[in-house]
Amino acid sequence: MRNQYGRLIVRTAAVALGLLLAVATVTSQAPAYRAPRTADGKPNFNGIWQALNTAYWDVEAHAAAPGPVLDLGASGAVPGGLGVVEGGPLPYKPEALAKKQQNYANRLKLDPEIKCYLPGVPRGVYMPFPFQIVQNQKYIMMIHEYAGAVRTIYMDDQTEAPADSWMGWSNGRWEGETLVVDTRGFNDQSWFDRAGNFHSDALHVVERFTARSPDTLTYEATIEDPSVFTRPWKMSMPLYRHVEKNAQLVEFRCVEFVEDLIYGHLRKQ
Amino acid sequence: MTAALLVPVLAQGPQAPSPTARVDKTTAPAKAWKLPRTPDGQPDLQGFWTNTTYTPLERPKNVTKEFYTREEAIEIAKKAAAVEGEETEPGTIADVHYDFTQFGLDRSQGGFALNLRTSLIVEPPDGRLPPLSAEGQKRAAERAAARKRMGAPTDAVQNQPLSVRCIIMDRAGPPMLPGAYNNNYQIVQTPGNVMILVEMIHHVRIIPLDGRPRLPSNVRQWMGSYTGRWEGDTLVVETTNFTDKTAFQGSSENMHLTERFTRVDETTVLYKFTVDDPATWTRPWSAELPMKRTIGPLFEHACHEANYGLANTLAGARAEEKKAAEAAAKK
Repeated sequence: MRNQYGRLIVRTAAVALGLLLAVATVTSQAPAYRAPRTADGKPNFNGIWQALNTAYWDVEAHAAAPGPVLDLGASGAVPGGLGVVEGGPLPYKPEALAKKQQNYANRLKLDPEIKCYLPGVPRGVYMPFPFQIVQNQKYIMMIHEYAGAVRTIYMDDQTEAPADSWMGWSNGRWEGETLVVDTRGFNDQSWFDRAGNFHSDALHVVERFTARSPDTLTYEATIEDPSVFTRPWKMSMPLYRHVEKNAQLVEFRCVEFVEDLIYGHLRKQ
Repeated sequence: MTAALLVPVLAQGPQAPSPTARVDKTTAPAKAWKLPRTPDGQPDLQGFWTNTTYTPLERPKNVTKEFYTREEAIEIAKKAAAVEGEETEPGTIADVHYDFTQFGLDRSQGGFALNLRTSLIVEPPDGRLPPLSAEGQKRAAERAAARKRMGAPTDAVQNQPLSVRCIIMDRAGPPMLPGAYNNNYQIVQTPGNVMILVEMIHHVRIIPLDGRPRLPSNVRQWMGSYTGRWEGDTLVVETTNFTDKTAFQGSSENMHLTERFTRVDETTVLYKFTVDDPATWTRPWSAELPMKRTIGPLFEHACHEANYGLANTLAGARAEEKKAAEAAAKK
């Protein structure tokens, strides 16, 4: 009757308005995803995350290939990948490229991952292991399942790196929805991947973590190392949340697995 | 130099009386103290802590009382600090590689809570480990025999202590017990987790508070599998799923450990743990020690990556054997 007719008018107008807004939204940029907030009003990145790509084998684009241990057959072979480096091959200085090629040729002996050494940055982020973000107002901790590696991102009380380390010294800040992490104070011991891509102790990494959906982050890292590269370069990839029930890190204390590899030659005969 | 080492840094500032903690009370009157809370209402355990102590796990044989007087406790700490100080005297063996006052931060150099207890063990009341069960005695004998069969500590890396191998430190446990230096911890809390970072070997426990079950019984871990819950203002953490490799004080892999963390004043978290392991001891036993606020930040301890000491220890033993063999061949 009269009430129903009145409601019909309102409903129709609402639908028309909705269509108008939808059209307006489609033609302009999709709005950025807004992550749930922590108590201090910042995007909440707490959780367990993992990359899903072959960057840990080789950050550059690469075809599939046999692995360095032929006895492992297909299990130890290198899957192909589109690469995570933006803009083509890594911009090595000529002498650094020669060193990278030496690293690759001797990777079984030289790759620090094989010896269960700390992964460095950004390699820890895309290792084939989950990592957990524990975030409060002052500290954002990144705890890696691989070798129990730990990064502390200082959001407050920021200082310069007091000494060189494997995981560097990280100072962080929020730029809207993005966590920007500036890391210096690296030693020259870690690699970027299993292909021998490397850095010096002049390495400077700026990372950006931005939520793109409830269960994914966009991860970008700009690498600057004037001793090794002719210019800064950038990598990017999604990070995926572990959504299975009771997801947790499981110990990967690999020191025990590599002792005979490292010290076996010193055993009493 | 040694004079400076003799004076331990005592707990600073007024403290609320705490009958269970028996941490040293200063002469200043206690101010009313309010337990701080995280934004989601958990008691705030966050910050940097040290559980450095001169108090032994077990009550010394010539002591029967539960508490020293304050004066006695200070005297004991001074004597122990003097021993550490002696080790840095020029001409002593410790002078060869390191200046102990620069490296290692011995106990007299960091702040620590002056503990009036004569032992960390509070149950049983005699302050000593309970007797081993029959199974515990048997396992202790088996382990001793196995160690003998392995040979000398320098024969192989696997014969060295777990800490020297950079696999795990006592400071991580659990339970968390201090070593001779660097007993630094950092606690960060979120609505779902309490994270405890140990500076030595960067051990981390991320203790879930969501009531989930622990890992399946066939998944054993060096630090076990742990879950936490708040009982009033005390964080209770239960841990099972140990391996038989840590063997805390001779325990079995079926040890059930309960830890309790209670913030008792501005600068103190009281840490108490109970070991329940009928396969080893005839009864459960408990120990208690304070964690004292210390200054951050924590630094990366790349123990395994820089473990030259272990390689050199083994290489040195092989070199000595070679020298001895060559000398014997010449005779």
